[in-house]
Amino acid sequence: MGSGSSSSSSSSGTAPNLHVLAVDDSHVDRKVIEKLLKISCCKVTAVESGRRALQYLGLDQLDGDKSPVEFDGLKVNLIMTDYSMPGMTGYELLKEIKGSSRLREIPVVIMSSENILGRIDRCMEEGAKEFLVKPVKLSDVRRLTDFILQGDEDHQKVGSRKRKLWDVPRSWFSTSCQ
Amino acid sequence: MERNLHRQLANMKKSLFDQGYLDHEQFTQLEELQDEANPNFVEEVVTLYYRDSARLIQNIEQALEKNPLDFAKLDNYMHQFKGSSCSIGARKLKNECTQFIEYCKTGNGEGCKRTFQQLKKEYSSLKKKLEHYFQFARQVGPLEKACRPK
Repeated sequence: MGSGSSSSSSSSGTAPNLHVLAVDDSHVDRKVIEKLLKISCCKVTAVESGRRALQYLGLDQLDGDKSPVEFDGLKVNLIMTDYSMPGMTGYELLKEIKGSSRLREIPVVIMSSENILGRIDRCMEEGAKEFLVKPVKLSDVRRLTDFILQGDEDHQKVGSRKRKLWDVPRSWFSTSCQ
Repeated sequence: MERNLHRQLANMKKSLFDQGYLDHEQFTQLEELQDEANPNFVEEVVTLYYRDSARLIQNIEQALEKNPLDFAKLDNYMHQFKGSSCSIGARKLKNECTQFIEYCKTGNGEGCKRTFQQLKKEYSSLKKKLEHYFQFARQVGPLEKACRPK
């Protein structure tokens, strides 16, 4: 994957730079995720709300999904969104994206500081690619970018440590305390 | 001489880890994101944290003065505060936040207020320690990758 240059604005010329849309209402978390992505050779657009994300994606139009001609942003390869945000949650943003014929193929990753089974299930059922527990690590980001560059099939094989939670039988959890 | 300063800096950091102020894994992760383009990245993130969280602290303070207490609101504020605190690796603070959130769940106003006083002390104390650490780090200068302690 390209040269390990920290500057993501200039293309390395060999490996394509993924464009990631990061959504988080926390300024601190936005700064960190942006850095994690840039170090992983991604172009980053960071916004602070679901609304702003939809605007950027050209979805937030009164008369529905606009054609790509109206959309002036760069093509987005991955969306990483915080779950708990005021106004529109990451889950609601996920639903909007998956509900759009134009955008539903873009992988959406949910980030949350809370490891709640119900929340994880709901997001995965709605089509999230992955659910990351914060704080997000460089290894998480690298795994994601690798998967997008290599394609879906490889990711199915790679076990995600974060997902181990629901590989365990559900009954095991009903006895453990919150 | 220079190596001695670097060792002093490393010891300062180790002491912050050992005393439980900072989470070793998270803080180290942040430091690994520093490079020539952003040699003071961690300091920038921490500065941003203290700037943003000041507002949250104020909101919580005001909310705690209301009667009756709005636990849902307090819980919401504290979740935000806990999130950012985790992001910078502030371990003791994170634990205080968790405690506060527990008190919110059980509607224990006195518990919340007590925990909040403790939290504010931790918050100020960590701020001073980190300011001191970063000040020293700036004096010591950027570490050469070769002698960066692993």
